[in-house]
Amino acid sequence: MKPYRIFALLPLLALLGGCNAIVLNPAGDVAMQQRDLVIISTVLMLLIIIPVMALTVFFAWRYRQSNTSAPYDPDWDHSTHLELVIWAAPLLIIICLGAITWMATHLLDPFRPIERTAPGQTVARETKPLKVDVVALDWKWLFIYPDYGIATVNEMAAPVGQPIHFRISASSVMNAFYVPALAGMIYAMPGMQTQLHAVINKPGDFKGFSANYSGEGFSKMRFDFLAKNDADFGKWVSDIKAAGGNLGRTEYLELERPSEGVPVKKFANVDPNLFHLIVNLCVQPGKMCTHEMAAIDAKGGLGLAGADLVQRIEYDKSARRGSAPVLAKAYVASVCTTNAPMGMEMTEVQQPTPVSSTPLQGAGLPRPGTTFQSFAPRPSNS
Amino acid sequence: MTTTTAASASLTEAKETPVFYVADEHDHPEGSSTMLGFWLYLMSDCLIFAVLFATYGVLGGSYAAGPSPKELFDLPLVAVNTSMLLLSSITYGFAVLEMQKKNVNAMLLWLVVTGLFGAAFLGIELYEFAHMIHEGATPQRSAFLSSFFTLVGTHGLHVTFGIIWMITLITQVWRFGLIEANKRRLLCLSMFWHFLDVVWIGVFTFVYLMGVLR
Amino acid sequence: MFDNPELMKAIFGRLTLEALPLHEPILVATFAAVAIGGLAVVGAITYFKLWGYLWHEWFTSVDHKRIGVMYIILALVMLLRGFADAVMMRAQQAIAFNGSEGYLPAHHFDQIFTAHGVIMIFFVAMPLVTGLMNFVVPLQIGARDVAFPFLNNFSFWMTVMGAVLVMASLFVGEFARTGWLAYPPLSNLAYSPDVGVDYYIWSLQVAGVGTLLSGVNLIATIVKMRAPGMTLMKMPVFTWTALCTNILIVAAFPVLTGVLALLSLDRYAGTNFFTNDFGGNAMMYVNLIWIWGHPEVYILILPAFGVFSEVVSTFSGKRLFGYTSMVYATVVITILSYLVWLHHFFTMGSGASVNSFFGITTMIISIPTGAKIFNWLFTMYRGRIRFEVPMMWTVAFMLTFVIGGMTGVLLAVPPADFVLHNSLFLIAHFHNVIIGGVVFGMFAGITYWFPKAFGFKLEPFWGKMSFWFWVIGFWFAFTPLYVLGLMGVTRRLRVFDDPSLQIWFIIAALGAVMIAIGIGCFLVQIAVSIKNRDKLRDVTGDPWNGRTLEWSTSSPPPAYNFAFTPVIHDNDAWWDMKKRGYQRPLEGYKPIHMPSNTGAGIILAGLSAIVAFALIWHIWWLVIVGFVALIGTAIGHTFNYHRSFHIPREQVVETERERTQLLQTVRA
Repeated sequence: MKPYRIFALLPLLALLGGCNAIVLNPAGDVAMQQRDLVIISTVLMLLIIIPVMALTVFFAWRYRQSNTSAPYDPDWDHSTHLELVIWAAPLLIIICLGAITWMATHLLDPFRPIERTAPGQTVARETKPLKVDVVALDWKWLFIYPDYGIATVNEMAAPVGQPIHFRISASSVMNAFYVPALAGMIYAMPGMQTQLHAVINKPGDFKGFSANYSGEGFSKMRFDFLAKNDADFGKWVSDIKAAGGNLGRTEYLELERPSEGVPVKKFANVDPNLFHLIVNLCVQPGKMCTHEMAAIDAKGGLGLAGADLVQRIEYDKSARRGSAPVLAKAYVASVCTTNAPMGMEMTEVQQPTPVSSTPLQGAGLPRPGTTFQSFAPRPSNS
Repeated sequence: MTTTTAASASLTEAKETPVFYVADEHDHPEGSSTMLGFWLYLMSDCLIFAVLFATYGVLGGSYAAGPSPKELFDLPLVAVNTSMLLLSSITYGFAVLEMQKKNVNAMLLWLVVTGLFGAAFLGIELYEFAHMIHEGATPQRSAFLSSFFTLVGTHGLHVTFGIIWMITLITQVWRFGLIEANKRRLLCLSMFWHFLDVVWIGVFTFVYLMGVLR
Repeated sequence: MFDNPELMKAIFGRLTLEALPLHEPILVATFAAVAIGGLAVVGAITYFKLWGYLWHEWFTSVDHKRIGVMYIILALVMLLRGFADAVMMRAQQAIAFNGSEGYLPAHHFDQIFTAHGVIMIFFVAMPLVTGLMNFVVPLQIGARDVAFPFLNNFSFWMTVMGAVLVMASLFVGEFARTGWLAYPPLSNLAYSPDVGVDYYIWSLQVAGVGTLLSGVNLIATIVKMRAPGMTLMKMPVFTWTALCTNILIVAAFPVLTGVLALLSLDRYAGTNFFTNDFGGNAMMYVNLIWIWGHPEVYILILPAFGVFSEVVSTFSGKRLFGYTSMVYATVVITILSYLVWLHHFFTMGSGASVNSFFGITTMIISIPTGAKIFNWLFTMYRGRIRFEVPMMWTVAFMLTFVIGGMTGVLLAVPPADFVLHNSLFLIAHFHNVIIGGVVFGMFAGITYWFPKAFGFKLEPFWGKMSFWFWVIGFWFAFTPLYVLGLMGVTRRLRVFDDPSLQIWFIIAALGAVMIAIGIGCFLVQIAVSIKNRDKLRDVTGDPWNGRTLEWSTSSPPPAYNFAFTPVIHDNDAWWDMKKRGYQRPLEGYKPIHMPSNTGAGIILAGLSAIVAFALIWHIWWLVIVGFVALIGTAIGHTFNYHRSFHIPREQVVETERERTQLLQTVRA
């Protein structure tokens, strides 16, 4: 009975070819490399899995009780040679897989600028990536295009073949930014900024969504990822520019409130500091930004005087998530200084390091242009 | 199973007729695994402290623009506090010595002294907490203060339970004498008490001394 | 009085009539069914005057065998609840297409998947594993009970009370809507202000105390109470895996206790450990919970590995191949399980070096695991395999688990994980190892040791029916999830827009129905076996031609397990005894020293549950009263110095004489 069960799975594989297995058939170079890795690892492991399964079935059949012609050796329980094989075979496969893992993890690190847009197509040093700032809101996605000064909700577009640099954050709880056709996912976390570098190689309409459960409206937290050629992308941008609409701090605070199944929205003008404020959790006026807080803390805090620097929260963005909270919520109030009259220092957002085409090499595979930093915590405040 | 080693040793020698059971068995002394079991419990408790230390290690610098250890910690007071706990460990040691000499009254006296030192430690700690909260440095003010109050407070809670346990044991020894069960319990409490001492040395170094140096 | 809100709040906290889900018809119907069923059971117990029997012989029992059986009963009851959740999820996901919202609103669906995870791990898998270890380990090492019999009873009742709290959340208030690990900030007060997360925290804290203490208990038992001659390297493999599992419990559960305590401080005291503002750090929670969570996986699977080792060797009629490497593999897995936790969140962006370190350590675990599979394989080699039900589960496990292991190693490659993390592929993977490993293992173990516990075998026909429905149902339920994962479908989704996915969800739902039939067959099997118990009776105490010590005593074993403590010369001790002509001693009995039953465990656990319930609903006066009562009872219990008694010699003689007679009937 047992051997047939394996074959019963085969038609399923055929079905798989027929359906839209986007992870196995993506449209972006990064996702394709990740797909290749999935397949290579699987094949590598099947080298040992298939013999084990075959032997299991074979031994189960051959040494069944009714088969008295098979040898029976009740005290045979040790063989040094066999034990060596038993431990060495998986070890060899893991050594191969481990080497692949080390290389691929460094090469496909989402924080690392991509070197190629397709096999054999190196990214030129002067190529500027498309910058997109992504914010996971309750329960919709906000995309800010800092280079164009526009923003969209639940829809984003990107030109085919151009590297994209995402900076990703969230307004309230953890989410994961995932466009299966484009590249693997990365968490979107409040007060943190993660990054993703990717490229889309085929025009088309793809789906993106949150891949980490974030509450009631999570199921509908989906967006369209439109891969367009350069001309169409230009038109998409200019249409948004022409349509008008403004996204400043006030509008953002309105947008941020929990809502689900939100239709696509477009804004022709965006407060250039908005993403910076979002990452630092200080869109709300009067609230201290976390980078400012970190700078103060690094100098030892504000002392006992700072103890009272607490304000009650004015509105409750979590109101829709349930009954009224039991404890009154509060935040740290901003401090006014001469160079930051609004209580916030307008520091320029740090630019990503330019792409270097030097090939990766050596044990640590350092990121291009950076020194080797192994265990530094990375999701950070800008 | 110690009673049977002699029997089994002689059995293995006689190859032809191996004996497969212990014919001459005695009751196992009750509580023979208690010390091991209690030690295992202490190690698990140690892990809870490890979590709290790690948390303090991560969040200890997040003052949220509020006060930092420099402004809050009063090292001389903490030194007095530490000495209370260390002295209580020594007096517990004296109690155990008296227990081994079977001097019930002297042992009880030392236990009472230990309990009083413990209570003094708790009193000073509560005073410190009250003072900090009064100044606005509440556990809610920053992640640093949350982790500080939780780490030190959890230790304090352990000391509180240690004192309750000690009172219970004093009562039991006083009523039932130094019977085996009570001796075992006294040794368990002794391990617990010294364990808290060791944890406190960690707190004192890691939280207070390094906090002020930071 | 009822129109004074302040007073009502002081008395009932935030518990109001609105907390009863009277507006949710599904819950009302469930409640009615549970209430009627419960009343029927209570009525039957009262009618047959069984309360006294249950209280004196079971609830207050410190006998490790009875506690083990009670753990397994608890697990089977909770399996029905957890599986009902699974079926509801499958049904919702099979119909919520083309604009349909399905039949479950988000508020309900989100509770269901959280409860499913929590119940299956903490109140099904854990009690199954703990129950089996409790029952088997003392018998396997030739001991008469565990090291701390009272603690054993207390641990069991704490686990029960945790389960009671989860069940209470179904009808009073709600359960968490956060996913089974309750990541903050979502689980923090700001985003989950209701009682759900509090139920989650306190049920796990209460049950966690039980688990931790039972871990301490079993380690002490295995270390201190082995029969003479049983050196560490002569211990049965199941005992070895039990030892490693309990070491993992003692070394992992305090972390869970700690991190949940921090979360509860955030929720109750307004501290800022995992909040967004004031310097809190939610990533720390994720790290800490997985430092417990990953070893937890091995806590569950190691005893299952132990069961398979016993079963494969017994039913192949052969010594276990590579005992030494089996033991070392177990120990290596135990240690490595602490070095892999980060693989649960490669996507948090820890950096390539950190990610690949944890990815590679994860892969390394597959080496000892692979060695184990090979050892079972070569135990079958040149054996005489009897395909009784436990052996069938074992072969199914070997074929299923390797696939789960393979997808697991695949997920350990960080860039591959980036495209499969949190997807249904991941769900399929861990169900593949937990059902294919733990559940199959526990069914093998239950079928294997059932005759030892009750003196009659389980009826094999229904066992085989259950087996085939489970195994085929499993593949029908989870292969589609692998496929859906490759189609980029995420877990915990309630509604879908892509209609091409629906067929896969329908197949998965059919698989769930088949598993339901498998569970039904298992229950029928138990009923039929009880009915035909005389036909299935085993009087030898050794129905499978077993190899380890538990088969040397009668089935069910007497309260004292062994009239004479056995002496061990070989690691298949009972096989060795049989081979070398062991004669059961017929005289020289002595009175046997045993622990006394006590009601303290159930009372303390009940008080803990009351305190937890009061904490959940902010009924502060009850918290204080309950807590004082708890401490008082605990102290009161320490004043009881008479915790053991002697089974009189006459009774031992009588019990053993009966066994002698029974054995003679077999020989004649």
